Amino acid sequence: MLFYGAELSSRLMLGTAQYPSPEILADSVRAAQAGVVTVSLRRESIGSRAGQAFWSLIRDLGVPVLPNTAGCHTVKEAVTTAHMAREVFETDWIKLEVIGESDTLQPDMFALVEAARILSEDGFKVFPYMTEDLVGAERLMRAGCQVLMPWGAPIGSGKGLNNVFGLRALRAHFPDVPLVVDAGIGLPSHAAQAMELGYDAVLINTAVAQAGDPARMAMAFRLAVEAGLIARAADPMEQRDMAVPSTPVLGRAVLA
Amino acid sequence: MTKVATGVRPRVLVRGAGVAGLTSAVTLAERGADVVLLEVGTREGAGASWMAGGMLAPWCEAESAPPEVTRDSIESVDWWAAHVPDVARNGTLVLAPPRDVADITRFSRRTSHFDLVDGDRIAELEPDLAGRFDKGLFFPEEGHLDPRKALAALRERLIALGGTVQLNAPADRMAGDPWHGARPDWVVDCTGIAAEKRLTGLRGVRGEMVLLRCHEVTLHRPVRMLHPRIPVYIVPRADHLFMVGATMVESESFASMTLRSMVELLTAAYVLHPAFGEAEIVETGVGVRPAYPDNVPAVTVEGRTVYVNGMYRHGFLLSPSRARRVGDIVFGASAA
Repeated sequence: MLFYGAELSSRLMLGTAQYPSPEILADSVRAAQAGVVTVSLRRESIGSRAGQAFWSLIRDLGVPVLPNTAGCHTVKEAVTTAHMAREVFETDWIKLEVIGESDTLQPDMFALVEAARILSEDGFKVFPYMTEDLVGAERLMRAGCQVLMPWGAPIGSGKGLNNVFGLRALRAHFPDVPLVVDAGIGLPSHAAQAMELGYDAVLINTAVAQAGDPARMAMAFRLAVEAGLIARAADPMEQRDMAVPSTPVLGRAVLA
Repeated sequence: MTKVATGVRPRVLVRGAGVAGLTSAVTLAERGADVVLLEVGTREGAGASWMAGGMLAPWCEAESAPPEVTRDSIESVDWWAAHVPDVARNGTLVLAPPRDVADITRFSRRTSHFDLVDGDRIAELEPDLAGRFDKGLFFPEEGHLDPRKALAALRERLIALGGTVQLNAPADRMAGDPWHGARPDWVVDCTGIAAEKRLTGLRGVRGEMVLLRCHEVTLHRPVRMLHPRIPVYIVPRADHLFMVGATMVESESFASMTLRSMVELLTAAYVLHPAFGEAEIVETGVGVRPAYPDNVPAVTVEGRTVYVNGMYRHGFLLSPSRARRVGDIVFGASAA
């Protein structure tokens, strides 16, 4: 699966916020063998270049960087932040977040489509953070997106995949579009489940950063993502309602 | 390492009168060094130390800091109590707003030396909080101080020990020629984020704080309000002052506090007690904490210069142990 023409070294994308220290962040990125790291510009910038020290730490990790527009609530903020990200990290990739509601940090799908259109026309490769809304997904594709990133649950909630049906429908409708579950994953089993549903990657931040031992949790997520990916490729069995004996019953000696 | 000859007082030039510089200078003077402390600012604590919370909380910090931070900071409560007046030893109270009460469990899993407290016990400890919280953690062995008063007390103590403090010092290294042409035996560089260019890996982490005056609320100890993004603490000081801090932003900007940060800090105070709604905002402050990649303060030696830096958010907590290490280096007991 190619993400805007790029093959990723792994299907685990790792966020870089909220770690106890940059050293633990670096250990976690290594343990995760992350294919991509995301980084927030807005929270760390205060509208200036003052975040340089942290950004060079991120660049030095040697993993492709996907800057994000976390904390933006309007099209204009998101577009401005994306331009700054392109300059700072010399990449046209942008994880587009436009928050519509502060309690759930739910994306504003209308503003998201508008910002995606503006940025795509400007040459950005947009990774939109979205709800699992099918029609919204269609609009984002039309606005120029070639990757979709539906949420599993609200950011930082750790609730896992809240709407498996919706995520499955999205997969079925867009069989050839790279799909990433972004946000809400709390445990490696959630990540494995997303991969088993046929998702191409997962993006994790809080579940690793806020674990007691982030690097060890990062390793657990790497194994879970790999397990889910392999399981999907191995074509899992179908569920059924009745038991199926694994050895024939007929013709056995009856001991009664 | 050159051993100091018996009976000869080593001449030590300490640069920077923040918490790292003052604790080092006092420790060295107590051990018999001839100390000159140079500060480019107009007063002691001109950098990040001025904005510190002054919590002496070895066990609470274990929530996000490595075990060595707790280990090295246990001595600090006693050190401060022996060196400056008004060190309170009333412990720390950890609370959470109702929707984030699960964070209390997480906090308790990663820390030790606390009692789980219910609403009645919280009311006993802090009568003004009666009926407001049902669950919390109490760390009885922790303490707190007022950083600005503590720094002033250390400066006086240094002078009483025969040391010299020169404020408004020029930035060049041998300013003032305190030993009339003789070079110091050691330079102890405690210049914080100003040493960023000289120390590999050092970066700045911006912090913002608010000072409130509220006559309607009395607290006897720091209260930490758990929150998924920023843990906010409210530290009581004399004259009904309360320090509310502190954000942690990966930025080296000294620009004024942002509205978002102020809203987050003040909301925590308001959630703790609605009477803070009527508080007077006395001061807002921004500092840039020096930090190494592991966020643990370090003592490093380069020739005859000892660097004490990367205090991060542990300046008052870890300066005593780092100052002791500086003393060991200068007096030849051990290497860094």
